[in-house]
Amino acid sequence: MNRYSSPLNFRRLVITLTLTWLGLFVLLPHLMVILTSVLTPDAEHLVIWPITFDNYLKVFEPIYAGVFWNSLLMSGITTLVCLLIGYPFAYLLANMSPTMRVVLLFLMVVPFWTNSLIRIYAIKMILGKKGIVNSFLMFTGVIDSPVQLIYTDFAVIIGLVYILLPFMVLPLIASFAKLDTSLIEVGKDLGASPFYRFIHILLPLTAPGIIAGCLIVFLPAMGMFYVADILGGAKSLLLGNVIKNQFLVVRDWPFGSAFSVFLILLMAGLLIIYNKANNYIQHKGGLDDENL
Amino acid sequence: MKIFKPLFILSVFVYLYLPMLVLITNSFNQSKYGHKWAGFSWKWYEKLWNNTGLMDAFVNSLTIAVLTAFIATLLGTLMALAIHRYKFRLKSTTSSMLFILMMSPDIVLAITFLIIFIALGIQLGFWSLLIAHITFCLPFVVITVYAQLKGFDNNILEAAQDLGASEGKIFRVIILPMILPAVLSGWLLSFTLSLDDVIISSFVTGSGFEILPIRVFSMVKVGVSPEVNALATILLVISLSAIAVISLLIKRKQ
Repeated sequence: MNRYSSPLNFRRLVITLTLTWLGLFVLLPHLMVILTSVLTPDAEHLVIWPITFDNYLKVFEPIYAGVFWNSLLMSGITTLVCLLIGYPFAYLLANMSPTMRVVLLFLMVVPFWTNSLIRIYAIKMILGKKGIVNSFLMFTGVIDSPVQLIYTDFAVIIGLVYILLPFMVLPLIASFAKLDTSLIEVGKDLGASPFYRFIHILLPLTAPGIIAGCLIVFLPAMGMFYVADILGGAKSLLLGNVIKNQFLVVRDWPFGSAFSVFLILLMAGLLIIYNKANNYIQHKGGLDDENL
Repeated sequence: MKIFKPLFILSVFVYLYLPMLVLITNSFNQSKYGHKWAGFSWKWYEKLWNNTGLMDAFVNSLTIAVLTAFIATLLGTLMALAIHRYKFRLKSTTSSMLFILMMSPDIVLAITFLIIFIALGIQLGFWSLLIAHITFCLPFVVITVYAQLKGFDNNILEAAQDLGASEGKIFRVIILPMILPAVLSGWLLSFTLSLDDVIISSFVTGSGFEILPIRVFSMVKVGVSPEVNALATILLVISLSAIAVISLLIKRKQ
């Protein structure tokens, strides 16, 4: 039997399945979001012709531009905090025995099985006026009356970091695992100070992990509407809240799509930077004559 | 300085587990309001058992997660195989699609799914949730399996081909056993991502088929009932014992 004879051979089946699934549920829907963003909203049919760019102009109105800016800021802070905690954490984990590392990684993933919404709700109880944090601070005498923690931007950032920290840690651990530790030893032997070794050896060599981690944290953080819904105040809106509102409440799909297209463009921009940085590091980071 | 390292790791885990601890404590708390300890009680577990709405949502969540894990693992493994082994038109497009899928923020994927389901006339509910969950898990399976396929001796496959084995047989008898660890981690990853998802599910859910996060989200404004704490505790106990069993098995094997 020839393996090219039957019309439904394995190879063709696999390729057809792959292309159909990705075409139908990834490529086509993304194109449709872009199309929706230039159509006219309609109460009855969701969207109708003619093509218009009003939806994009609306994004620049002060209220929405403000949300965009606020979102960027909150995501930026979240990413920075995740990096500051995640980097040393991943470094310590990467230097442990393999068994210990696997166990700790597992323990980091276990809370995921309790849906993140439920965990965010638990954080609300912790940060509340009568929550653990306020009770503890009053008990130790740091404060006399409860401080407002919940319904603030601070609470939203605590929640975002909580959800996204594991996503920062995983690429960083991969990066540390690939690290050639002899380079650090060489630096030590040649008399480089710990600070110098960190800046000139460790940081450049783990840069791909850092950038990947930041990418995985920064963009999703802007979409986490439920974190802002549960922990945030009236003003701590994220991009995700606006998009969700436009799609599920106001039902102005073109405007919601236009907002999302900005997010897609932002993603494209960051990916280009990521690619450039990766190439640059591979170019400069290698042990060739120029660098030695 | 020696004490600093474990202390740092411990405090990160305290941060990650403090919310879990609050859920567990409150699941045994007599009081409905989690601020004060009013004595030990099993009553929320009894109430959970009788709360059919919540139990149904939980069972639905598990159903979607298990089905998603199996189908996404199967599809993702086949896709990794296609990218690694075959030459075909649109191959680079396939990789780009998977890359976009992985990097797109959930909120963007959520609206792309909603738009395509409405356009195709797929009713929002079980099928829309299943398709969306399978799709967003796919790239993670592909990347895990592909990494394993890459470190693979191609000579064995060519030998099998020369001896007349069909593609399907090569896959079943040679490739699958060798990539099994990656396939298993792909399964676990998909199961985890599906159970944890909130954003995409909120967009593609329908009134006929409710899953846990949607149910809980509808309670948030009026106060989440303490039965949810009991549910979270049970889940944690199950997952921790699963991990204990797995690590024991690994140890015994070594």
